[in-house]
Amino acid sequence: MWNRSTRGIHHLGGAVDPESNQKKRRTMLQYLSDYFYDVEFLRGYFFQNEMVKVHQKNRSFAYLGETYGPNNAGAFFILKQGGAVKFRDKEWIRPDKYGHFSQEFWNFSEVPVEAVDASDCAINYEGLENLHLLKELQSLSLQRCPHVDDWCLSRLYPLADSLQELSLAGCPRISERGLGCLYHLQNLRWLDISDLPSVSNPGLTQILVEEMLPNCNVVGVNLAEGLKIGPEEQPRDTDRPVPA
Amino acid sequence: MLPRVLSLGVRRGRFTRRPGTLRGGFSLDWEEKLSEIKKKIQSALPGTSLLPLYDSSHLPPDHADVVIIGGGVLGLSVAYWLKKLEKQRGALRVLVVERDLTYSRASSALSLGGIHQQFSLPENIQLSLFSASFLRNINEHLAVVDAPPLDLQFNPLGYLWLASEKNAAAMENNVKMQRQEGAKVCLMSPDQLRNKFPWINTEGVALASYGMEDEGWFDPWCLLQGLRRKVQSMGVVFCQGEVTRFVSSSSHMMTKNQKEVKLKRIYEVHVKMDNSLEYQPVECSIVINAAGAWSAQVAALAGIGKGPPDTLQGTKLPVEPRKRYVYVWHCPQGPGLESPLVADTSGTYFRREGLGSNYLGGRSPTEEEEPDPGNLEVDHDFFQDKVWPHLAQRVPAFETLKVQNAWAGYYDYNTFDQNGVVGPHPLVVNMFFATGFSGHGLQQAPGVGRAVAEMIVEGRFQTINLDSFLFSRFYLEEKIQEDNII
Repeated sequence: MWNRSTRGIHHLGGAVDPESNQKKRRTMLQYLSDYFYDVEFLRGYFFQNEMVKVHQKNRSFAYLGETYGPNNAGAFFILKQGGAVKFRDKEWIRPDKYGHFSQEFWNFSEVPVEAVDASDCAINYEGLENLHLLKELQSLSLQRCPHVDDWCLSRLYPLADSLQELSLAGCPRISERGLGCLYHLQNLRWLDISDLPSVSNPGLTQILVEEMLPNCNVVGVNLAEGLKIGPEEQPRDTDRPVPA
Repeated sequence: MLPRVLSLGVRRGRFTRRPGTLRGGFSLDWEEKLSEIKKKIQSALPGTSLLPLYDSSHLPPDHADVVIIGGGVLGLSVAYWLKKLEKQRGALRVLVVERDLTYSRASSALSLGGIHQQFSLPENIQLSLFSASFLRNINEHLAVVDAPPLDLQFNPLGYLWLASEKNAAAMENNVKMQRQEGAKVCLMSPDQLRNKFPWINTEGVALASYGMEDEGWFDPWCLLQGLRRKVQSMGVVFCQGEVTRFVSSSSHMMTKNQKEVKLKRIYEVHVKMDNSLEYQPVECSIVINAAGAWSAQVAALAGIGKGPPDTLQGTKLPVEPRKRYVYVWHCPQGPGLESPLVADTSGTYFRREGLGSNYLGGRSPTEEEEPDPGNLEVDHDFFQDKVWPHLAQRVPAFETLKVQNAWAGYYDYNTFDQNGVVGPHPLVVNMFFATGFSGHGLQQAPGVGRAVAEMIVEGRFQTINLDSFLFSRFYLEEKIQEDNII
């Protein structure tokens, strides 16, 4: 889904798909941009507009925390973005396809938020500050978020006391450099780092993350990925567990 | 005539028609004739140089509003912010003069690329915070249509500064001030340090400060190329050449105390081409000295420092090149993926690089051990004698290591107080400085660029007040010492 949205006049061409640039096949829009300053400026303007929209989605909701309590403010932020929230002993609250969600959580007082599912949301570094309002969060899912990158991972440490499950599957901008920040989350019991396209060596990264977080179950990477067994050669990974 | 027409008609039958021969025109080598005609038309069209006697495309333009001397990260940052903050599109014509476009000796390219907010001066902390937010949103700021987004390869693992007994009180004060300015830094005792990072030997460490957010290291070459690409798309002219002369006009004014002051204004910059005597005089109205380690030579060309000592005319720019070494080693049992950039009590620092147990690090030599900055040769004995013992003492795993690689780079070292010089010179009124950052220029470049651009466009510092970084402090002997320099 995030792949489809990177083409067209609203985004700069070649953003997440660098191979098309190397093929030297220019779209009509790129051709026009090379020849007319107006088209180039217009494309730049639309791109900046998209960025402003993302920033607007991630504005600070701390002022709501004073009136309704931090848990409700944080939950509202996630629901407004399109994610799902689960309060303790309640059901999951999800927005429907029009973005509407049930407003009954405003009446909860002091009920902590246990789990947040922010998959496919446009959450970024500034937005993660709103997550700090949720002091007792246990499970966080940031799957396939297009704006979550290494900088954002360094903002997860305030949740270290309570966070037990974290999923980063499919985030295009996370690399092995940001995964080092997860060291602060010592209570983490389950970590999903599958399908991270920017990680250069998934198998080695998985091993290093497992060494870094010994109490955590790190899932998602097939350790035999990329290894080829030659006809006369033995498999070299005798000290690593051979996956099924 | 009639047989000729008939015979032509027969030859020009529908089935014997050749391409491009509608009226029996020049059918032989039509393509060559066409290209010759095209060339003739192009040479006659307007837009070609009036004097086609020699090619002057490698020379800078005759006039430029702002000439930036030095195309490193500071110079490019000033160019970017000038174009961003100009009042109208195309209002400022900016020229960047860089002596070596391969950046083979430039401090920006050879830098370790670290960014941290653990300084002892509030202005440095604010500059670093601004630069961190710039780098975080770099793909918005430096977006160019149809160019791939920049991957800074930022590693957010933070800096860990260790302090001995005698520095512990100063560190505590500094951390309090850093937190007031908005940096996220936490203090750790030796016990907490041992719990967190079991590979550290905490002997001799009284206190440690650890940056949690907005601190780490990135790829400076990527920032340089990104700035260059964006700045070129905004219309800044680049030129390869060396500045050899300033031509200035002077006016004599009287101060309140009836003392005569000579104010100079540079109106022409002579840019000499590489390996030749050819030079181009560029008329300009503002000159920015961002020449890094060689800023003092450029300042001397403008007459800064030519005068009796202990006067404003005689105050030189106290920036000189200092050579610093960086070593790369491999240690299989070293600190893991989570290790920050550790700056030891002895001045030694190291950080992890990549997934393969490689580490980068070095140490600033003391005043007596300063190497000769004439060349960029690496002294491997310095590692053996001065760096390795401290590394092995702090991290016992480093007792077995193997040096893979090493390089050297220059610091534009400010011998006065190791802090940058920003802003105009009091006597040469249109020369602005953006240099002298002594090893933390890269991490403050976006902030300093914006400050200089604001000074030029608005006339004063707006976002961050850098009044204490002006040149006049060298004459007034007001030191603003920065302690946390590695």
